[in-house]
Amino acid sequence: MSTTEAAASTGTNGNGASGYRWVGTRPVRHDGLDKVAGKARYAADLNLPGMLYGHILRSPHPHARIVSIDTSAAEAMPGVKAVVTGADFPEAPPKGATRNLMCTVIARDTVLYSGHAVAAVAASTRREAKAAAEAIEVTYELLPHVLNISDAMADDAPVLHDNLFTRGVEPRPTEPSNIAARTVYERGDVEQGFAEADIVIEREFSTQAVHQGYIEPHACVVDCDQEGKAVIWASSQGHFKVRSATAEVLGWDTSRIKVIPAEIGGGFGGKTTIYIEPVAALLSTKAGRPVKIVMSREDVFRATGPAPGAIIKMKVGARNDGTITTAKAWLAYENGAFQGMAAMLGCMCVVSAYTLDHLYVEGFDVVLNRPVNVAYRAPSAPAAAFAMDSVVDEIAERVGMDPIDLRIHNCPSQGDPTPYGPKWPMIGLRECLEAIRDSDHYQSALPAGQGRGVASGFWFNIGEASSATVNLNENGTATVITGSPDIGGSRASMALMAAEELGLDVHLIQPVVGDTEVVGFTDVTEGSRATFATGMAVVEACRDLKEQLRKRAAKTWDCDVEEVEWVDGSAVHGPGEQEPLTLAAITGNAKRTGGPLGATASLNARGAGPAFSVQVADVSVDQETGRVTVERYTTAQDAGTAIHPSYVEGQMQGGVVQGIGWALNEEYIYSDDGNLENPGFLDYRIPVASDLPMIETCIVEVPNPSHPYGVRGVGEVGIVPPLPVMANAVADATGVRISDLPLSPPRVLEALTAAES
Amino acid sequence: MSRTHVNCEVNGDAVDFLTEDGESLLNALRDELGLIGAKEGCGTGDCGACSVIMDGRLQCACLIFAPEADGAAITTCEGLASADELHPLQQCFLEGAALQCGICTPGFLIAAKALLDENPDPTETEVRYALAGNLCRCTGYDKIVRSVLEAAVQIRTPA
Ligand code: FES
Ligand code: FES
Repeated sequence: MSTTEAAASTGTNGNGASGYRWVGTRPVRHDGLDKVAGKARYAADLNLPGMLYGHILRSPHPHARIVSIDTSAAEAMPGVKAVVTGADFPEAPPKGATRNLMCTVIARDTVLYSGHAVAAVAASTRREAKAAAEAIEVTYELLPHVLNISDAMADDAPVLHDNLFTRGVEPRPTEPSNIAARTVYERGDVEQGFAEADIVIEREFSTQAVHQGYIEPHACVVDCDQEGKAVIWASSQGHFKVRSATAEVLGWDTSRIKVIPAEIGGGFGGKTTIYIEPVAALLSTKAGRPVKIVMSREDVFRATGPAPGAIIKMKVGARNDGTITTAKAWLAYENGAFQGMAAMLGCMCVVSAYTLDHLYVEGFDVVLNRPVNVAYRAPSAPAAAFAMDSVVDEIAERVGMDPIDLRIHNCPSQGDPTPYGPKWPMIGLRECLEAIRDSDHYQSALPAGQGRGVASGFWFNIGEASSATVNLNENGTATVITGSPDIGGSRASMALMAAEELGLDVHLIQPVVGDTEVVGFTDVTEGSRATFATGMAVVEACRDLKEQLRKRAAKTWDCDVEEVEWVDGSAVHGPGEQEPLTLAAITGNAKRTGGPLGATASLNARGAGPAFSVQVADVSVDQETGRVTVERYTTAQDAGTAIHPSYVEGQMQGGVVQGIGWALNEEYIYSDDGNLENPGFLDYRIPVASDLPMIETCIVEVPNPSHPYGVRGVGEVGIVPPLPVMANAVADATGVRISDLPLSPPRVLEALTAAES
Repeated sequence: MSRTHVNCEVNGDAVDFLTEDGESLLNALRDELGLIGAKEGCGTGDCGACSVIMDGRLQCACLIFAPEADGAAITTCEGLASADELHPLQQCFLEGAALQCGICTPGFLIAAKALLDENPDPTETEVRYALAGNLCRCTGYDKIVRSVLEAAVQIRTPA
């Protein structure tokens, strides 16, 4: 269905094609009214009586030893109620994930990037807090810094951590370095693969660090009491994670902390970790008052996020019939100041959209003096796809094959081995490729002067832990409580699945995001897992309730429960001797049949369905300025099953546009002295409405057999193809292939000029 | 610290508040008047999350000093709906799924209202340029633009 038709059909009529009554319809979301009326409460919107404002002082240097911190002047300033530094926090262990988290929240002896938190103040007003933070005197001893992968990997590079020895290298290195880990995946014999190839293409690519760019800066309010308990209101992708991570940084027992999820103003992976909550908690403890911290946009850019830049070298062999015989890849990813696993993920993704008998993939995770990487929608996959799908495009050109046909020719199917080990379960890559091939866009002639590019993308998707509680109210309505923050319409998805199960109108269901004390443990919303895994918990709780409802009907009718069926929201007596009992009739009588009805399910969701997307774009390139304009864009993505198609399309479109920004414009720009030169939306320019056409969508549905409704999860993969799609379209339009992102006007112009001379 | 007494009209009501010199209208609306619809996404005039209509003009409330609002008439997102009915833009945003996280939504609604007040029958391109000062990182703008165009139709041809 095109978006035009999709947008037109916003009703709540049954989805005839699938046989579902509610799943696949487009009701208005339950939390929508508050959001269009300006009433929805995000963390920065909360004010408590007696609340103080916190302000964090950040390092102006990319790498320095903290010699001393003098807070005395700050403490004497008007309105100041508390000051904290790294010394107020528990000592960090010498290495490991806990140290990295603790030292990201606040620096100890060393600052590792410009923007690293050093100290914080709580005061009566924002301005008093800021003025006092600026009055804290920090003496630094500057250390040499490294800002890019090549410099950080060099033998004589300044080393960030003297206890970091490369993992994955035998024998284990005896000298510390900035290479945190080496990852290898291999199969077959690449040299044999190259020998079998008619053509071999070898290229080197680079991408720059970008930010998730959520419009809501990180914010929290923390209220600690005299018994050592803390209540945290936070905008995050997972409030249970806020609880555990805050406890970890403070050395507290988690039971001291309750986290209440505020609405979240975008995350895209960037709000799967914490920065400010432990700082606010210590300030609140010291001051005995609630403390609010809201990051400035500049702090968001300097100290949170980014997704890593990468350098990727590809060597790919193919036969003249379009069969890709082998691929050899070398990938290095920035990690930021502490070790991550960006390169490992990149290695797993880089050739996943292709069947290969021979492959050798080697990756390096590299630390440098930049803020710590955080997940950003299908982390690491976009850069990897940029490299592979640019080369694949060249192969198609060289062998004279349609780029979609070539991809179909090399497409993996169920049972084929993945590059990283296990066999593919049921996947929908081929269906996505066919959807684009058959789309109106691909079938339409390319307008004169434009270029067309296609590419595909892969992302794993994950399951993890989720909980749901479903309570039936006495009037026959239901409340669905889950632990997954609603980032982009997941409340509506939960309600739709509950409606389908119980046979209740979706508007009789109230979906609620519960705090850490009212609902069972639920992992962060990441890996496109909320509708998949939390949805599974909702379905399980509803199925439990249906059993209970049947028993209540049997009790009312004094018959065997086996004689009762649940049909369309009513208990039906199989032998037909009784009038059906509606859900409302049973709940209304619940007092007399055994009390209130409710059910809870907690699970580890297994069998997340891998996601693929295939996309096509037409672009024009201004020969005088180098500006790339996206003229038309279509994306196909395998959703498994679209529970609420409008929000599936929304995820697809949002991912595409973030990818377009990454491809064309966005990049972290550092000065030689290690400071971010574009920490604001003016100079870090994300796409705006006038940069774009409509984003046409084809939802492909190859159901995931592991989910009761076939859900795969749709949040991430859409951001993967746009990087190569843009590069391939620009190459088609200009005849010039650019292998360094972003394809910003100066870079494109430079490449065009170089090609001319 | 001396505070300035500001009188103005917000969403049709006469209001007054005290503010420090140098404080933004955005903070005054949010902290003094409790109108949290306008959001701070950047504080530098680059994202439009704080959009308000002041004396008929679309403005970034983060760039206006609160004392400048003295004597002005201001519309925020909270002033769009009547007691029993949403504004067509709000209704179309809901039905067209034009919001995901919703943090940008109040700003877009205000910017769209400012556009439709001036130009009741905009083209898609005009909508895109009129909304170019508002950033949305979730939607890719597709459903926002469609919803504004749909609302324009509804406003021009009331049922
Ligand atoms: S907060 Fe005013 S424009 Fe961003
Ligand atoms: S809906 Fe999230 S920024 Fe627009």
